[in-house]
Amino acid sequence: MNAVEARGVGKVFASRSGDVHALEGIDLTVAAGEFVSLIGPSGCGKSTLLRLIADLDTPTSGELTVFGKTPQQAREAQDYGIAFQQAGLLPWRTVTANVELPLELHGIGKAERATRAAELLSLVGLDEFAGHFPHQLSGGMQQRVAIARSLAERPSLLLMDEPFGALDEMTRERMQTELVRICAESGAAVVFVTHSIPEAVFLSQRVVVMSPRPGRISAVIPVNLGDERGEDLREDASFFAAVTAVREALHGTPVTARGVDLR
Amino acid sequence: MTAASVRRWAAPVVLGVVALAIWQAFVVGAGIKPYLLPSPTAIVEQLLLVVPLVWSAALATGMNVLVGLVVGAVVAILAAIVAARSRMADTLLSPTAAALSVMPIVALAPALNTMFGTTSTTPRRVVVSVVVFAPVFVNTLRGLRQVQPVHRDLLKAYAATPRQITRTVTIPGALPYLFTGLRIASSTAVIAAIVAEYFGGLQNGLGSRITSAASNSAYARAWAFVLGAILLGLVFYLATLALERAVARRQGG
Repeated sequence: MNAVEARGVGKVFASRSGDVHALEGIDLTVAAGEFVSLIGPSGCGKSTLLRLIADLDTPTSGELTVFGKTPQQAREAQDYGIAFQQAGLLPWRTVTANVELPLELHGIGKAERATRAAELLSLVGLDEFAGHFPHQLSGGMQQRVAIARSLAERPSLLLMDEPFGALDEMTRERMQTELVRICAESGAAVVFVTHSIPEAVFLSQRVVVMSPRPGRISAVIPVNLGDERGEDLREDASFFAAVTAVREALHGTPVTARGVDLR
Repeated sequence: MTAASVRRWAAPVVLGVVALAIWQAFVVGAGIKPYLLPSPTAIVEQLLLVVPLVWSAALATGMNVLVGLVVGAVVAILAAIVAARSRMADTLLSPTAAALSVMPIVALAPALNTMFGTTSTTPRRVVVSVVVFAPVFVNTLRGLRQVQPVHRDLLKAYAATPRQITRTVTIPGALPYLFTGLRIASSTAVIAAIVAEYFGGLQNGLGSRITSAASNSAYARAWAFVLGAILLGLVFYLATLALERAVARRQGG
């Protein structure tokens, strides 16, 4: 079964100065275990699309299913894990307690929580910081805690909204490598919002290019770089070719696309 | 202790010592009569004589402050929780809090003395509670409303129940605000407790001692009790400040 299926999904935000068409006619399928990135300039609705899948907002038109269920059912069944641009850790909880949060909310016992949190922290390489508070960690470390938290319930779908957006380039590349490894281990499908082309290419099996006003999918670029994605891939010719393909799709959008809001 | 922290402590102390020296020199040099302004040495002399009395008066007043502070804060916190949950309660409670904060509550002391009897500590504690209510209510309510959008999204994504959201995010997030409110309330609580004693009733607190010493022309002794009042205010301020800091540090502030 597909992780995400969108058919003609649209989202209109009513505002004082008139309706804002954030998304229009989105058709997208994300297969189980597939890594798909959403990329596009600010205001292209990529985050909105992610929020619709997460049921943090509701579409105003079209049909959206997550593992064959409505997004609300999927959210209530905890089918997905989520990470935002801000780590969003609770500052009064230790790293461990933050990772345990979703488990705690869903009534998992203390011992099991502790085991799982320890597992996840070693997965993201933060065993030593289990007892620390978020403010004692760097931004990259906080983001790793957030990713560990999003994996806590072994979700079959991961929703990530620019999780590395606030990190420096070096940390960012390291996190990307880790994410590729983590996803391979967990076998989860991922919908990953970003505005970095190399990031999208490095991580994804498919890159969905979006354009703004109204938010639409303008191209879908398959990235055939295989499953083994190490640091050397970043200097590989095939990597650059894919980067170029995505860049052209991004910038090659006809300028007349602007005129669309005159409709 | 580092040089910076020494300087931080030393500066106000030096200022205080200089002020006291000028005060002393002024009273002695200009031959000011003690009923106008007693000299610092005369006040300290009196203070040493009446230390046990200042201590017991400070305890009596301090107890009123503590009870009033706790009762007022608990009521304010409960009211803030109700106001944060229901819009109607908010429209009822917020104007009430605003009205209470501009009302000169201590002026109610004589009326409360009649109501509860002049041998009771209740009127003073009621005055303190009412004074404490507004700042704690306003700050706690602000804190309860300050849930970060990312936390709200996160808890929604986890399909958390309203009760779970309150317990895991709303209350811990509101705590620093609550303690800020408590710190602001603590100094006014001490002032209110002392001034409430000026209007008769039990003669066991600092306020009563100040008025009775003054009416017996024992001016230096009145000042000694004033000094006790200052110290009591300082104790409550520093205690609540320490609480506020401790909570803020836990929150990574």
